[in-house]
Amino acid sequence: MSQLTVNGVRVDDTFAEAFGMRATALTITAPSTGWARQAAVTMTGFATSVIACGCEAGIDRELKPDETPDGRPGVRVLLFAVSTNELQKQLQNRVGQCVLTSPGSACYAGLEAEEKLKLGNALRFFGDGWQVAKRFGDKRYWRVPVMDGEFVCEATAGLTKTAVGGGNIIIMGARAEKTLAATEAAVAAMQAVPDVIMPFPGGIARSGSKVGSKYKGATASTNDAYCPTLKGAGTSALDADIGSVLEIVIDGLTPQAIAAAMRAGIAAVLALGPERGALRIGAGNYGGKLGPHHFHLKDLLP
Amino acid sequence: MTALVFTLRQAPAQRLDLSPLLPNLLAGKSESDIAAIELQTTRERACVGDVFRVRTGDPAQIRFEGGSERFDCLGRGMSAGEIRVEGDVGVQPGRLMSGGRLTIAGNAGPWAGSDMKGGSIEIAGNAGDRLGGPLAGETAGMRGGVVVVRGDAGARAGDRMRRGMIVIEGTAGSHAGSRMIAGTLILRGRAGPLPGYLMARGTIVMAGGCNTISPTFADCGVHEFVSNSLMAGFVKPYSPTAAALLQRPWRRLLGDMAAIGKGEIFCPPI
Repeated sequence: MSQLTVNGVRVDDTFAEAFGMRATALTITAPSTGWARQAAVTMTGFATSVIACGCEAGIDRELKPDETPDGRPGVRVLLFAVSTNELQKQLQNRVGQCVLTSPGSACYAGLEAEEKLKLGNALRFFGDGWQVAKRFGDKRYWRVPVMDGEFVCEATAGLTKTAVGGGNIIIMGARAEKTLAATEAAVAAMQAVPDVIMPFPGGIARSGSKVGSKYKGATASTNDAYCPTLKGAGTSALDADIGSVLEIVIDGLTPQAIAAAMRAGIAAVLALGPERGALRIGAGNYGGKLGPHHFHLKDLLP
Repeated sequence: MTALVFTLRQAPAQRLDLSPLLPNLLAGKSESDIAAIELQTTRERACVGDVFRVRTGDPAQIRFEGGSERFDCLGRGMSAGEIRVEGDVGVQPGRLMSGGRLTIAGNAGPWAGSDMKGGSIEIAGNAGDRLGGPLAGETAGMRGGVVVVRGDAGARAGDRMRRGMIVIEGTAGSHAGSRMIAGTLILRGRAGPLPGYLMARGTIVMAGGCNTISPTFADCGVHEFVSNSLMAGFVKPYSPTAAALLQRPWRRLLGDMAAIGKGEIFCPPI
């Protein structure tokens, strides 16, 4: 594979291949940033991959009180799924079990769009007839009585069908600690980009996967070409100096957001250099035949 | 473009029906066409030209220079544009409005905003009885939009209100929010006796307290409501003083238990 070298780091001439997804965004507020974040973290738990979690979800950013509908600290979360029905199901279950239950929480649409998903309209039944609907202008809210007061929830949340999932970069280094340092730097840079999430633990996946498996029923299996312990097996895509590989998967509300996040992440890895960080940056794709969105690394260099 | 202006020649000799003078109905009409529109409510013919001097302009912005408590049905069925009256108006201003903005610099008669569905009405003076309420035989009153009264309102403000918001910055007469179905009624000043009489659902904020409250309202204690921040944010452009009152603890009274008891009155904690 042809490569460029920037600041001593090799950049593969390849691309990340990404797919269209359904997505929504929520604003979760609470009496403190800590409790808003707690509700958001709980809600976006076990949401790393649609392969087995039903959706991919994560925190976009923290919101100051003057950025939220009720003037309290908040957190914006994004949810992505492969179908509208699945997204509706995940939204309803996750907000119902993780946000409604969190002390002092309230939940609002974090995305304005023509098409809507049910939010409070689905959760209001918890009020058992004591729930109250309030309409202020073009916004409708449900007030559901709970044991610490009221859970306030906007009736609907916007749905976008033009979201993108599966943007990625693969970061390769000589040793695990250096590769992790480079990947952490990339994630930190990406977190500053709006409208994207990195759904894996801390934004990082160490078990990148390929499509299919030799075993029946498994839709994905380990990406053996990028496993350093299989370098000698004949199918490896790794150079002799690579001893550890990590991947960052990015979901975004728009292709532009994915590209911006990848650009920020690549810049952070390149800035760290090979001595302190990674030796090589690559990206995952399926030959360009499956996903309509192709993010070429050479177009995203700083 | 400047506004289309109607200047009152003299106090009208009879009650007038001003409902034909709407932005959408006047669009494309010449000055003479407008002057020929009949406004009488008796057998005595009274055309626009008899009552007003007309200065042509943008029909989406209509201004009345001078008002009268005999100006009935002003802005009735208005769907867009703006009407401003520099004076008083009579009964049913803004009835059945679905959009636009009606501004009354003086007082308004009864049934202001009756059955309105959208848009906004601002009354700088006082409003008569049954603000936003239904006429006899109608099952629901105001269905949407916003009404702000800077002065006082008469009896039964928000009667049978179903949706929307009424803000009364002064005092309200008896039975404010009677038979409310839903919606929000904010009373900045003191309310007359029996607010929320037979209300089913809906919210009454009674910042100034009241003389007599029905025993069919149940005290639910003093609480801070997150939803009141949302209400304050919505009210602020219309009435900053009312919005400032909302974000504090309120005593919640649930009722009217003589109806289905799903309405609420927020009153100051004592």
